Amino acid sequence: MSRCDVVIIDYGMGNLLSVRRGLEHCGASVVVTTDPDEILSATRVVLPGVGAFADGMAELRRNGLDVAVRELAGKGTPLLGICLGMQMLLDESEEFGRTLGLGLIPGRVVPVPSVGIDGLRQKIPHIGWNGLVLPEGRKCWGNTLLHAVVPGEAAYFVHSFMASPTSREHSLANCLYGGQPVTAAIGRGNIVGCQFHPEKSGEVGLKILRAFCAS
Amino acid sequence: MRSIRLIARLDIKGPNLIKGIHLEGLRVIGAPNEYALRYYQQGADELIYMDIVASLYGRNSLGEIVQQAAQDVFVPITVGGGIRSVDDATRLLRCGADKVAVNTAAVANPGLISDIARRFGSQCMVLSIEAKQIAPDRWEAYTDNGRERTGLDVIEWVKRGVALGAGEILLTSVDKEGTRKGFDLPLLHAVTSEVGVPVIASGGMGHPEHLVEAVQQGQADAVAMADILHYGRATVGDIRASARKAGVDVRVYEPV
Repeated sequence: MSRCDVVIIDYGMGNLLSVRRGLEHCGASVVVTTDPDEILSATRVVLPGVGAFADGMAELRRNGLDVAVRELAGKGTPLLGICLGMQMLLDESEEFGRTLGLGLIPGRVVPVPSVGIDGLRQKIPHIGWNGLVLPEGRKCWGNTLLHAVVPGEAAYFVHSFMASPTSREHSLANCLYGGQPVTAAIGRGNIVGCQFHPEKSGEVGLKILRAFCAS
Repeated sequence: MRSIRLIARLDIKGPNLIKGIHLEGLRVIGAPNEYALRYYQQGADELIYMDIVASLYGRNSLGEIVQQAAQDVFVPITVGGGIRSVDDATRLLRCGADKVAVNTAAVANPGLISDIARRFGSQCMVLSIEAKQIAPDRWEAYTDNGRERTGLDVIEWVKRGVALGAGEILLTSVDKEGTRKGFDLPLLHAVTSEVGVPVIASGGMGHPEHLVEAVQQGQADAVAMADILHYGRATVGDIRASARKAGVDVRVYEPV
């Protein structure tokens, strides 16, 4: 596989070692940076993150990184948001009050349903492996970062909130939790977000990172 | 529904992967990361590294081993043994761990559970409990690998730990550990019926059938395996296949 350049945005939220190693394993040469100029000149950008939405947005803004991310998204640079990094792609979140997001994909961040379709209480956070499925209205993952993933293959999730994109066309993949659909991946043009951790999802996750490196 | 997780547990002493019986009589198995990589490739859902003498000697040498493992292992890694502070946890998370497991230091200072959970989230804070049966349906929590009594009732301690912020319980039966005779099912059932956080059954897995019992009778959310894998009596793939055959929901995984 040819080497590619991926910039990981470091805004102080979470351990970046695994994301970095996952991308390197897929043949990427990786730079981790807090510098908006370096981010803007990148070929591909990953917005990682673990933690609370409001803290994440505050950290991005504090370093002027929110502006950089919007600008690079606008000029068509492939952008992959992971976990909190995915949720921040949306317009706003309901986590601990209302907080504005980056507004790159229309929609909101809402709590994971705490009651299954059987009426039984679900454990929150949603932690563990769960199978990726096609959302209603989507026939396949061709031409997306999930093109090599077989529906049903599982990825690793750790979260209490989830994306709720306004438009069905931006919904890439779901998983089922207590029978309820939970957003697993969203996408709009060059912008893709995964709720699960591809860097912790074994070979399935690596397929997605490989596709990102080839995008 | 949530898949039952198959976890490979690696007990570490110094640079070596070791295995004992009742957490004692330790034998050296080999280089930990050779085994870790093998289990990852076989499809283990997670790995647990436990430095089993760390709290005894007041040290933690796992950082390097974990950092090396994180180069090639792309599933969640839990690390435990000798974690006494938020700083210790921070250091291991920077080495590539996703969760930390705490036992001895949490017994001495239960506030550590809250401190770690507040800093990194409950999903990161695994309460490790070593349980020994002391009467019918009664278990006492031990520390330092089943050497030291705490006087704590396991069920009470689990409830308190969860209230303080533990997001997961690693429940090791000292009585069953290394015996290959199956998990302590009454213990598992007693704990899983009291708490809403995931419980990892550990100690006693000698046959794939034991996993099925732990899930169906003990309501375990995950199963930790050591001996059965280290001595090659079954692969993670074999165990996954027999679990599925018995109707246990496990992750869909086709080896590459």
